[in-house]
Amino acid sequence: MTTTVHNHRMRKGLSACISVFTLLCACMVVAPLGLVFIHLVRMGASAVNLDFFTHIPSGPGEPGGGMANAIVGTLILLGLACAIGVPTGVLGGVYLSEFGSLRVNWAIRFLCDILNGVPSIIWGIVINGLIVIPMKSYSAYAGGLALGCLMIPLVMRTTEEVLVLVPNGYREAALALGIARWRTTIHIVMKSAARGIITGILLALARVAGETAPLLFTALGNSFWNNDLSKPIAALPLQIFAYAISPYDNWHRQAWAGALVLVGFIFTLNISVRFLTRGKPVRV
Amino acid sequence: MERTQEITPQPKPAAPLAATEQSQPPASRNAFEVANLDVWYGQKHAVQDVTLNIPERTITAIIGPSGCGKSTFLRCLNRMHELVPRSRMTGSIRFFGEDLYAAQIDPAVVRRRIGMVFQKSNPFPTMSIAENVTVGLRLNGIRNRAFLRDRMEQSLRMAALWDEVKDDLGKPGVSLSGGQQQRLCIARAIATQPEVLLMDEPASALDPIATMKVEELIHQLSRDYTIVIVTHNMQQASRVSDKTAFFYLGKLVEFNDTDQLFTRPREKQTEDYISGRFG
Repeated sequence: MTTTVHNHRMRKGLSACISVFTLLCACMVVAPLGLVFIHLVRMGASAVNLDFFTHIPSGPGEPGGGMANAIVGTLILLGLACAIGVPTGVLGGVYLSEFGSLRVNWAIRFLCDILNGVPSIIWGIVINGLIVIPMKSYSAYAGGLALGCLMIPLVMRTTEEVLVLVPNGYREAALALGIARWRTTIHIVMKSAARGIITGILLALARVAGETAPLLFTALGNSFWNNDLSKPIAALPLQIFAYAISPYDNWHRQAWAGALVLVGFIFTLNISVRFLTRGKPVRV
Repeated sequence: MERTQEITPQPKPAAPLAATEQSQPPASRNAFEVANLDVWYGQKHAVQDVTLNIPERTITAIIGPSGCGKSTFLRCLNRMHELVPRSRMTGSIRFFGEDLYAAQIDPAVVRRRIGMVFQKSNPFPTMSIAENVTVGLRLNGIRNRAFLRDRMEQSLRMAALWDEVKDDLGKPGVSLSGGQQQRLCIARAIATQPEVLLMDEPASALDPIATMKVEELIHQLSRDYTIVIVTHNMQQASRVSDKTAFFYLGKLVEFNDTDQLFTRPREKQTEDYISGRFG
């Protein structure tokens, strides 16, 4: 009798220890995020003002200036990336889920996962060789393409995953009404999973929005306004990089501010994903 | 194989699937003539050498224990079994004399003329009640609003659902009760005005009152439609059907008028099954 009581205490004690340990691990996961965010706010908040959003960078060592061109540049690059990554990724996901044979799909999925693991700087180099060198200029197109290529596998896999969740009964019901397969796919299957597809796109956007490496050899960066997509264009991560390695205090502050704005943007994207996925994406 | 065919809808076959004749012969015609039908799923021989004729404007029930191939047989009648990967079929099925599986026939056209209601009610979750009923027409290219509105009301009335939903047509189809959802699915199936309605255990997920309503509805529909209904429930088969086919282990054991089959079965297996000795 006593031994069982003893065992019981031991087990309770052990259970408590492990609970505390797992809690600590969870804190270690969350803590860096909190620390980074606090540090960013402390260092950058003072430089985030109206000028920051409306002015282009000032000259070296001069006070004032902002990152308006880099903010717009990042939005343009993300737009281009979407134009390339979203149709390719979504249609690829549709193929994997709705068409294609088991074996072909296995191969595509495997390659897609490898693609997902390719370091982003490799994309920068590849696009540099494919676009920048033949066109003899760094350009927004090249930057957008590099980001788009990063998005494709992300969008493709999430699209596939949400489409597979659509119950087969809906496909059967539509096909049994004599509705053509492509219409069934668009109007029944994709519509049912629309929320999930959009979520996947936003997550992919949030992921590539902060990418710096693929832009180094493609978009290059620009201290001035540029509306010509075939010319180098500014981007927030590039501007942060350039300012952070500069010797000027003003630029350092601006780099912190840029980082804060970028994190805020990605944070907003993630929040909107949460908002979108709050309802049930698919009713089974 | 069927998947690739359906990506682009083919034009209607040159000889339309059985133009309905004005002067009907006195003896009722056969809607389906099935000869030596065999179906495999991979290695599984699901339907074995089935031959039977299904007359038009009658209710034909298909009974048998689970896994006897009755659902598979039903799905062959509108080419739905082709959606299952690794399925294979031999034999012939003629629909009003025309080969359903001829190379030039588009399965989508077949399914427009041979509608189907499933065991589990499946209204589309993204659509309202009204949209659910008209979806078969809209996604086959019909845009005329007045026409769609009329057909919607007519179909819901035929499905005995109109009075219950006429004030809530804009609500989601999935907001209805189980029995109402199933009648909504029946309305959706008849909105495209098929000639045949295939029903795969349409009442097995419903409570007795909803079942009764669906059975009444089936009875009403048989004036205009040829109905083939798969059911687990022998009482249901004897209540609603004119003819009954008994399937066992993939084979057609007996096919006869319903009252004959249930009162004087010719086969020992049929007698054992309907008297509850197995299955």
